[in-house]
Amino acid sequence: MSNEIKFNEEAMATVNKIIARYPQGKQKSALLPILHVAQAEFGGWLSPETMDYVASILNIKPIEVYEVASFYSMFNLKPVGKCLLEVCRTSSCWVRGAEDVVKHIEKRLGIKEGETTKDGMFTLKTVECLGSCGTAPMLQCGASFHENLTMEKVDALLDEYRAAGKLRSYTDMDYKNTL
Amino acid sequence: MGKKLLIHNDNVPNIHTLQVYREHGGYASVEKALKSMTPNDVVEEVKKSGLRGRGGAGFPTGMKWSFLAKPEGVPRYLVCNADESEPGTFKDRYLMEKVPHALVEGMITSSYALGANTAYIYIRGEYFYVSRILEKAIEEAYAAGYLGKNILGTNYSLDLYVQVGGGAYICGEETALLESLEGKRGNPRIKPPFPAIAGLYGCPTVVNNVETIAAVCPIVMMGGDEYAKIGVGRSTGTKLISASGHINKPGVYEIELGLPVEEFIYSDEYCGGIINGRKLKAVIAGGSSVPILPAELILKNDKGEPRLMTYESLSEGGFATGTMLGSGGFMVYDETTSIVKNLYTLARFYHHESCGQCSPCREGTGWMEKVLHRIVEGHGKPGDIDLLWDIQKKIEGNTICPLGDAAAWPVASAIRHFRHEFEEYINNPGKIKDVKHYYSTQSA
Repeated sequence: MSNEIKFNEEAMATVNKIIARYPQGKQKSALLPILHVAQAEFGGWLSPETMDYVASILNIKPIEVYEVASFYSMFNLKPVGKCLLEVCRTSSCWVRGAEDVVKHIEKRLGIKEGETTKDGMFTLKTVECLGSCGTAPMLQCGASFHENLTMEKVDALLDEYRAAGKLRSYTDMDYKNTL
Repeated sequence: MGKKLLIHNDNVPNIHTLQVYREHGGYASVEKALKSMTPNDVVEEVKKSGLRGRGGAGFPTGMKWSFLAKPEGVPRYLVCNADESEPGTFKDRYLMEKVPHALVEGMITSSYALGANTAYIYIRGEYFYVSRILEKAIEEAYAAGYLGKNILGTNYSLDLYVQVGGGAYICGEETALLESLEGKRGNPRIKPPFPAIAGLYGCPTVVNNVETIAAVCPIVMMGGDEYAKIGVGRSTGTKLISASGHINKPGVYEIELGLPVEEFIYSDEYCGGIINGRKLKAVIAGGSSVPILPAELILKNDKGEPRLMTYESLSEGGFATGTMLGSGGFMVYDETTSIVKNLYTLARFYHHESCGQCSPCREGTGWMEKVLHRIVEGHGKPGDIDLLWDIQKKIEGNTICPLGDAAAWPVASAIRHFRHEFEEYINNPGKIKDVKHYYSTQSA
């Protein structure tokens, strides 16, 4: 990540494509999708500088970005690890063993829920229903849903992610479980 | 084997591509509607079909469409609610992931009926990868002339876009969804005006669930009267049910409305019975907001008649002994499940998801979570059950949007049907601690 907050050409093209989806003068509609792009481009979280930059692109006040970014759970207002492990804990996942998954990851990574590993690789977070109830327990990391988890699967996933060492974003295309 | 209209082709290889989808009869409703029907004809067929909103409320779709204001020179919008966040519900994801063109086709035919030239699919942010699948399908539809200017050589034009959310359950409420689509916090609006009068950008707007919109295609093809023959009474057509919890075959099933609940749970065609041969304890039949029912009341109503998967049968007996079909999020709990702990996960959910606008919901959901937390941790106090009852009563009906009710009903129903379990927790705090019995897992 460079220090300057500015979209590269490719990201800017995506941003302009998003803005064009909405009627003239309604460019604020593009805010949520653009925040996703910004989060992926600028280190996996939204710093005040990043949010100000997005405000300037959409020609809206910075507060309009802050109030939105702080409302939605997918936007990180503090730095997180390259891999944000989001374990679903609501009813159907809970009855199929979500607590075991959380405990296992805590033990394996030596962190507690909400914490980040010292190497900045993983952050563990529990989240509410992700619409994966029939394939519980599950966790999301970036765009990927990892379902029907067993402790072996979790271990393999952590190994794979650590070896790859890259930032995982919701905007990534390398999801696995589909088509 | 019941009739399937929405996901009958879900296992056809490459059905997510336009070519294969068309080989299996896809986009026929667009051809039929645009070339041989007026927009009003389509609305009439939907009215005749008796189709009811599949997102959870069950409001007649044709009626909702007929409320749409049509002032001269003002754009109208169709917005698809793909925010699917009701715990226990994952049918829309399945449909969009497997058969994305079914939604795209439904959006075109429905937009034509409503006279909308711009339409949006608002999808929950966590389904980001699904948004990519939809965008790909939309791209194909543009290339094939089903979207864009002068569709199929007619003078009807439509642009269709996907918008991703940011992770907020409240955006499934239609006015919160519109706020979010406008780039704001998902705070529900005060109604009236309803979106049909003043929706997206203050323009007349219809918001429909994914499954509802997909169902418009078979309705146009078979005719509203034929569609209405499927099902029982005012519950017409087919419904996608998301089955999860302690069952042998979790997944998404398309059923004809009217299927007996018992058959749905125990038949190998559907859920395949309870895992490890255990006994059924309780079911939440329509997504986490609807009342939980104990086994004896979900299988049979209070008159001893078998309960059916219909809007009416599931709600028979009111909230005293009944529940709701809701979104079709069917969560099954076996005999080892702690109803109290399960309720705690739901109370935590609603507290997390309250938008904070109305004080009964903002304060009440947090308070209920706190009380339930101390009960499950073995610090429950005498009077806590009555306190919970009191809090939920004061939330219900006192908020701008239905999230308040949605948070209150699970608490009320759990206490109504399983009060003894709460008492056991409060009276035997020592017994709760680390007892495996109270925490069931997949393998146990």
